This record gives sequence, C-alpha cells and structure tokens, in this order.
Amino acid sequence: MSRIAATFESLRNRGRKALIPFITAGDPEPGQTVALMRASVAGGADVIELGVPFSDPMADGPVIQRSSERALKHGVSLKDVLGYVREFRKKDAATPVVLMGYANPLETMGAERFADAAQAAGVDGVLVVDYPPEEARRLVELLDARRLDTIFLLSPTTTDARMEEVARLGRGYLYYVSLKGVTGASHIDLAEVSARTARLRQFTGLPVGVGFGIRDAATARTVAAVADAVVIGSALIQEIEKAPRGKAAARVTQFLAPIREALDSLAAVKA
Amino acid sequence: MRIYDLPDASGHFGQYGGVFVAETLIHALDELKEAYSRCRKDPEFLAEFAHDLKHYVGRPTPVYHARRWSERFGGAQMYLKREDLNHTGAHKINNVIGQALLARRMGKPRVIAETGAGMHGVAAATIAARFGMECVVYMGSEDVKRQLQNVHRMKLLGATVVPVESGSKTLKDALNEAMRDWVTHVENTFYIIGTVAGPHPYPMMVRDFQSVIGCEAKEQMQELAGRQPDAVLACVGGGSNAMGIFYPYITEEEVRLIGVEAAGRGLESGKHAATLVAGRPGVLHGNHTYLLQDENGQIIETHSISAGLDYPGVGPEHAWLKDSGRAEYVAVTDEEAVQAFHDLCRLEGIIPALESAHALAYAAKIAPRMQKDRILLVNLSGRGDKDMHTVAQRSGIKIQ
Repeated sequence: MSRIAATFESLRNRGRKALIPFITAGDPEPGQTVALMRASVAGGADVIELGVPFSDPMADGPVIQRSSERALKHGVSLKDVLGYVREFRKKDAATPVVLMGYANPLETMGAERFADAAQAAGVDGVLVVDYPPEEARRLVELLDARRLDTIFLLSPTTTDARMEEVARLGRGYLYYVSLKGVTGASHIDLAEVSARTARLRQFTGLPVGVGFGIRDAATARTVAAVADAVVIGSALIQEIEKAPRGKAAARVTQFLAPIREALDSLAAVKA
Repeated sequence: MRIYDLPDASGHFGQYGGVFVAETLIHALDELKEAYSRCRKDPEFLAEFAHDLKHYVGRPTPVYHARRWSERFGGAQMYLKREDLNHTGAHKINNVIGQALLARRMGKPRVIAETGAGMHGVAAATIAARFGMECVVYMGSEDVKRQLQNVHRMKLLGATVVPVESGSKTLKDALNEAMRDWVTHVENTFYIIGTVAGPHPYPMMVRDFQSVIGCEAKEQMQELAGRQPDAVLACVGGGSNAMGIFYPYITEEEVRLIGVEAAGRGLESGKHAATLVAGRPGVLHGNHTYLLQDENGQIIETHSISAGLDYPGVGPEHAWLKDSGRAEYVAVTDEEAVQAFHDLCRLEGIIPALESAHALAYAAKIAPRMQKDRILLVNLSGRGDKDMHTVAQRSGIKIQ
C-alpha cells in the first residue's frame, strides 16, 4: 500500500479528514523549505503538497505566482526540490509528500529520470497541473511502475465521461478544484461542491480532496463535511509572506493548528 | 507529400501540439472545438467570414513585384504579399475576424486577448468595437511602456487594457494572465489568441483563418508570374503569418518554405528570440513545441528589435514542419532587419513592419546567389508606421 493510501485508510478508520497544506518549495528561501514542511506536520498536516516553482504558472493566482517568483530568484530547480524531500524524509518516514507543478521542468529532466529520482527521494505522489489525462498516460505508467501516485484535478465543469476517465487513471486521491478560476480566489459555492463531490463518488472509491478558495478553519470545516481532505495553499502562503524573517515556520504551525482542530471537531461530532 | 491533414483529432502535429492545460480549462476548449468544427464546414459562416475580409479588411491584398529592390541584388525576383495593406495594418485582423464571428455564434458577449507590441490587441479592440462586444486586452507592463501609442489606440476603440505585472512583464505573461481571466469568466468570455500557439484547437483554427494569405498568393502568383515561387519566406514569432502563407504550399513540395526568426543581437549573444533555431522542445501555454528555456526548464526572456517576434515559444505546426524537414528555419539579426527595412523604404516606397523586415532580410541574403528567373515570395505581414520610434531612435533621431 502506498504511503498516501495508508494515510487515508488510517484517517478513515479514525473518522478523520485529511489536512493538506500547499507550500512552494524554495519560498521564501531555499534553506527554509524543510523546516516549513516539518512545521506543517507539527500544525496537523496529513499530506504535504510541495509546489515546484515554474516561470509561467498559468493556473495560479497572484499569491502562488509570487511565491514561485521568490523561489526562482534563488534559482530553485526540480532537482533542488527533490533534494528538500530527501532531507525531509531523513526524519519523517510517515507523512506523504506530493509534488505539484507544471510540465516543463519535468519534461526537461525527462519523465523517466524524474520518476526514478522522485522515488529515490521519497516522493509519494505527483500532480502535473497542465497534464490532463489525455497527455499523462506515459507519466502514469512510469509512476505506477515505481508505486508512486499520479494525482489529477477535477473541476466544476468536468463532465461525467471525464470524471470516469480521471477516476480510472487517478491514484492516491482526486483533487477537486472547488471553483472556476485560479488558485487563491475567494468565493466558494458549497452547495455546488457538495453536489459535485457526491457525483464524483459514483465513479471512484478514491478519497476526494477539495481545494482552491479554502482560507480558514470555518471554510475548511464546511468543505470537510463533504470531502475526505481539504487543501490550503494561497492562504498559507500569505502567512509565510507576512511572517517576519525567521518566524515563518512558527507561523505555519500556528495557522494550521486551528484548522486541524476544526476538522477534528467535525469527526468528534460524527462519532 | 500529396495529402496533409494535421493536426490529428487530439490536436497533435506529430509529437507537437496537444492540450496541456489544467482541467479547469478543458470544458471551455471542448466547447470551442465543437463550435469551430461546426463552423469551419458551415457555408453561411464561411460566407460571412469572406464578406468581412473583403468589405471590412479590404482583401484580397495584392502580390507586388518589387523590381527595384530585386535589381539591387541582381538575382532572384522578389514578390511581396501585401498584408500591410489590411485594415489595422497587419495580417492579425484576418484571424481576429474569424474568432470574433465564432464568439458571436457561441453567444459570448465578452472577448479577451493578449498582446505584445499591441497589433493583435488593436485588431481585437477593432473587431470588438464593430461587433459591440466588451474587450479586455492583457499586455505586459514592460510592453505598455514601450508601445504607448498602441495602448492609446486600443483605448480609443473602447477596449480596457490591463497591464500585467507578473513574471517578465511581457507577451508570455500577458498570455498567462489572459488564460487566468478565461478560466474565471468562461461562461461569457471568448479568448481570442493572436497566434498559431496555445492548446488545440487554437493552432489549427488560427492557421485556417490566416491561410487566406497563402490561398490568395497562389492564385496571384499564377496570374502575375505564370508560376509558383521557388521559395516562400515569412517571419516567425509565434508564427501566424508564416503558417498562413505556408499552409496552402505544404503539399507543393517543389516550393521551399523558409521561416525567419529574430536573432536579435546575434545567436551567440544569447539575446535573441530564435526559438526553432536555438531552442529545444518543451511544454508552454497549452502545447508541446520548441521553447527558449534554461537548463531547468524555466522559460527565458527573449530579445528582438521587433516586439512582435519577442516570444519564447512558437506554433507547434512549425515545430513539426522543422523536424519533418518540410520547412527550413533561419534567423537574422536586428541589424540585418533594419537594413532591409531601409532598403524597402528607399527603393520601393513601402515602409515594412520590423517583423516583416526579418523575412525581407533573409530574402536579400539568398537572392544574389539565385538566377534572375527564380522567384522569392515574401510575406510582408505588416506595415512599419508603429516602428517609427524604434527606427528613429536607432538612427539617433528624436521624434515626438
């Protein structure tokens, strides 16, 4: 069983929902990434989505764009990102790490070389934003062969036929984008999210994570009522932006802790 | 090559092209693909398009035998396809009319566009004014500073110009931002891409709309010279004017196709925009194609005297034509392009766009080595009024 599957199984057994923070590797500077990953775990993260910076993050809003630019100022490469994961793994064998990014850095490294390197570094899953299923078959094969999960996005406009296809190719969990737009937008339609995730479950037994537009404990709690996991990116990166030098890690833990509590209170209510 | 039927159903030209976008855009692209595949075979749509090209744009544009310029080199005869005579001053309007008609059919009242030098933005603003559509143009803030006149033109035409502050603040970032707008306002918005790049069906659709250039030229060459040219030349940034004139010639294998990229300050300087000549394949802006990128796969900034060629990607069909050997791609420097610009002004009374001057410059390089009965057809994709400042500055002249 993959580390991601094991994590979700254990959560399910305890009636709990997963908290998945997203941070951009190398932001605000390369030396802090591993510390921020550990701080996320301390704040209650079950899975970490680690962004691979790219010069042209077409699906991201201004907050994540800025984080990518900050990382690129330090010349952070995909190879460096794999290095951070290797470092993280030295002291944390349990928390799954999912790399999230765009196709070109991966294509530059070569898909096969990337798959080998990711496995060796202790990566658990890969989400390539601009690889819809049609263009991702080879990557899925390469990652499957190394027991790494390929994570896919679904959106409010995804048709049933595509849901079926994505469910067939997806591994680990499915990532439902809760709104039409880019990361960090502020509106989220809960009725829509609820209807969509319910529909999605007709096609898949995989856990369903929801992201884009979740900002705090209150939104996380509501979304978690219909999802298996909530993903928090832009709001967390804003915290890192605002933190005084050297205080980002503490701030990450502080920011995530009440969200963790809110998710767990949901489990307590159900139990 | 008797039959040419690319792209395939999934939008690939061999290994190039495709649909490399986030899931959030797939539905919009599927909708567009469906609408376009209906319209491209609909006689009513095609008649409407042809009518607008004739009565609003002023087509057909002539092919002109540039005798004095040809004589200067003592070799091949040069013919120019006069896209500079189109309404708004360049070939861009052909494609914009096609897409705007499609937007209207799809019931989208709002159009958005990206622009670099501003020519595509002006064309989009023009059509939006005529069709009574809302128009938003994304333009890198660096380009806004360099092209104030075009910014003003767009505003006069009723468009909103949004300066883009992210990344390198140029054309590629404007394209990213337009995509972000589209994904957010997908129900009422049509994204008019200005070149043969982007996710499928854009490369095919823009090529189809621009192929009017090559279709006309083929007939006109027959009329004027009694035969087809030995080579067709066009400048390549994203590659829409080149695809437009190349496309009807792809199956005519005796005609050489030559795409001319911007070598800027010289390929060895690293300050250039010669994607096909000096780049390598990768994924950007929704398609797999040649890119200018660093060793980690980050997209790098480009340099050219002509803003219209200043793009780190290129249409995927050009990538395929290069690898298959059907077309050749070369690059000329800023200096060579400016020389050709001045020559055409002085010898023919035509002020070409600096973009088009790249194609002219390469024609000037190969013409002297050719017999006098050989023919070169150059796509004069736009006029140079917009470049007065750049050229004057280079000659040390200050104009208001």
